[in-house]
Amino acid sequence: MTLEPILHIENYSKHFDLHEQGTQIPSSHNVSLNVYSGRLTALVGPTGAGKSTVLKGVYRTYLPSTGRLLYRNGSNHLIDLAQADEHQILALRKTEISFVTQFLHALPRQATEDVVAQPLFQRGVDREESREKARTLLAAMNLPERLWGISPATFSGGEKQRVNLARGLIAKPRLLLLDEPTASLDKKTSERVVRLIEQLKDEGTAILAIFHHPELIARMADQVIELEAPCDNTQFLAEVC
Amino acid sequence: MSSVQSFGYLDEYAKKEVRRSALKAVAIPGYQVPYSSREMPMGRGFGTGGLQLTLSLIGSQETLKVIDQGSDDSVNAVNLRSFIEMTCPGIDTTTKTAEASLIQSRHRIPEQPLREDQIIVLQVPYPDPLVLVEPSEDKRKQMHGEMDYSRLLVKLYEDMVRFDEITISHRYPTRINGQYVLDPSPIPRWDVPKMNHSNALILFGAGREKKIYAVPPYTDAEPLVFSDVPFRVEDFSDASGGRRACRICGCRSSFLDEYSDSRTGETVYQCSDADWCEELSQSTEKPAGVSNA
Amino acid sequence: MHKVLNVSSLSKVYGPGCSDCFTLTGPQHDTNICPRCKSVVAAHNVSFDLYQGEILGIMGESGSGKSTAVKCLYFDEPPSSGRAMFFDATGKQHDLFSMNAARQRWLANHHFGMVYQNPHLGLNFGITAGGNIAERLLMSEVDSYTEIRSRAKELLTRTEVLTERMDELPKNFSGGMQQRVQIAKALATQPNLLFLDEVTTGLDLSVQAAILDLILEIQQEMTTAMIVVTHDLGVIRLLAGRTLVMKYGRVIESGLTDQILEDPQHAYTQRLVASAL
Repeated sequence: MTLEPILHIENYSKHFDLHEQGTQIPSSHNVSLNVYSGRLTALVGPTGAGKSTVLKGVYRTYLPSTGRLLYRNGSNHLIDLAQADEHQILALRKTEISFVTQFLHALPRQATEDVVAQPLFQRGVDREESREKARTLLAAMNLPERLWGISPATFSGGEKQRVNLARGLIAKPRLLLLDEPTASLDKKTSERVVRLIEQLKDEGTAILAIFHHPELIARMADQVIELEAPCDNTQFLAEVC
Repeated sequence: MSSVQSFGYLDEYAKKEVRRSALKAVAIPGYQVPYSSREMPMGRGFGTGGLQLTLSLIGSQETLKVIDQGSDDSVNAVNLRSFIEMTCPGIDTTTKTAEASLIQSRHRIPEQPLREDQIIVLQVPYPDPLVLVEPSEDKRKQMHGEMDYSRLLVKLYEDMVRFDEITISHRYPTRINGQYVLDPSPIPRWDVPKMNHSNALILFGAGREKKIYAVPPYTDAEPLVFSDVPFRVEDFSDASGGRRACRICGCRSSFLDEYSDSRTGETVYQCSDADWCEELSQSTEKPAGVSNA
Repeated sequence: MHKVLNVSSLSKVYGPGCSDCFTLTGPQHDTNICPRCKSVVAAHNVSFDLYQGEILGIMGESGSGKSTAVKCLYFDEPPSSGRAMFFDATGKQHDLFSMNAARQRWLANHHFGMVYQNPHLGLNFGITAGGNIAERLLMSEVDSYTEIRSRAKELLTRTEVLTERMDELPKNFSGGMQQRVQIAKALATQPNLLFLDEVTTGLDLSVQAAILDLILEIQQEMTTAMIVVTHDLGVIRLLAGRTLVMKYGRVIESGLTDQILEDPQHAYTQRLVASAL
């Protein structure tokens, strides 16, 4: 294991300018952290501290307002994810960085096993081979076999979450971003999923994660980063909550 | 005819323009050269395009043959011939293909192979083969310029889909010198191969559409086809598969017209080319493939 | 993945044009009609790159100029200014707007495909579905009837049109089926670059989903680069990796599609995203 972090975040901040309302909403504030290969870095903090915003900043779903997000890619080049060219980000998403959110966006007609196999399709893996891997993973996550062939659009929250996770894990990314991956799972299923994540970690994947349950943090995190709510968002939170 | 009437009816400027257009047509094989088609003392559509070419090319030493669908005696041929004779004093006319130096024809190329010293002028109603697929002349010109004949081929494709064969009987689109596709006037498919590397110059005149074009001697003329669907000419086989013969001369190698005998009600066949038929009937030595019916 | 297209500073003005056209129009002036000369600035300074296998979305309301860019690139309209470089599969460069019309049409026939919102624009309704595909193949010098038949059959199968209907006229088809035939026709020459202009607009939701699905499958199988023009955020979300947002002929924002939808920077995009369902 190298001592070099795979991801080095330095003074990352993100605020949103809402032009219509003429307001600025702060989210993550001055976040610095490292993520290492084979280790799990957990983000903790109160609601509104900007935990998800850090993950979305790394994935570039959000454009960082300030700071550097230095990612060391598979060929050992440093890329600032905040500045990188969009094509470079797309290439990283395709081959190195996976993001498991709480929401599932899938094509309307696509069968679950195809949704899960998608990252492998994109990497040019043979279709049948990809599906076989998807089925193995879905079985390991305890998703009933009768669901594999149909679209996940009508699935329950827990089922969707497993499909999403399976899709994030299947290609064994170098960096995995997890946003409450077990939030809607029962204890037994959660345990299976956690074991899969641990297995991936053992194989060298670097993980940056937000967990709902404190016991999971205790069990899985190699490092915990505590975020504080930015000082002036209390009013905004009062409106939202 | 008054003596001030110029030889060949047209004034010298008109003839000169037609000749220049014809030269351009020869220089750009298959290209439709526009020209200012003159008013003729007969309706457009009666062969005025061919007539203007003939009148511009003919000299008093010329021997002219005029045919209409192979026949020297049909109304159109007779009238055109007498008009030319009247306006071009001194020329000779003939019905014999071999004797003619200039042939004006409607809808046929003679069976008798033409020679280098002969010119055939064909009367054309519709010069542009693309008119079937594109109504705008502007766009058609562009398509010719880019050799974009795919939509013509789509017509052939649709024919194949619907009838299992290409059903175009006349005016078969033909590519000249590997470039422009022309409308060879309403000659039957039978005559299309005669244009390929013809010894004689073939000129086309469209009076109403004001176009002149040419297939120069010894030039490629290939009917538009798919690589795996060969071009075929009319089939004159009878029910048993034998080649039908002309009822007059017995020829089994010419293009035949089909008639219903008004006396017997029987369907009979005879050479479309009247001169060819007559030559064979009179000849004592029949060429191969000819028998007495 | 190699670059397929580079567009820089593409502009299109309808009308006489004047020196103030570009300074007096655009989102900040809330118009694309020049107040001085009344010309319409349909597109100004549109620039982007496109890579093999990538789907780029161009989003905007009607009149934003989103289709104009595509029309220029497909040579349906000449641009007023700008440059576009196309790189074919062998890496050869083609300067799209400096070549003559014949070269342009040759290139479009051999390397581009276009699917229009209105199937009447993309299909010849007077000839059969197969004949429409044949036309594309014949344009790219396929001259064997048997080969044309089998390729047309293949393409229609791929786009899920019953091959028994191959010899029917497209006017007998449903709207969704017509789009499938159009897509099959556009794909006939295995284009490197496919333009899709509002292809699912006006179709039933279930048919829309199936067409989008088909487009994505094709993108993955053939690694075709695509430009998808639409006003539909859902279509953009499902198809495009990157998106340009246009308003009054200008690109007001561009970025990764998820970023455009979740963290839009421009006031207009924020309003657009907020008003979507």
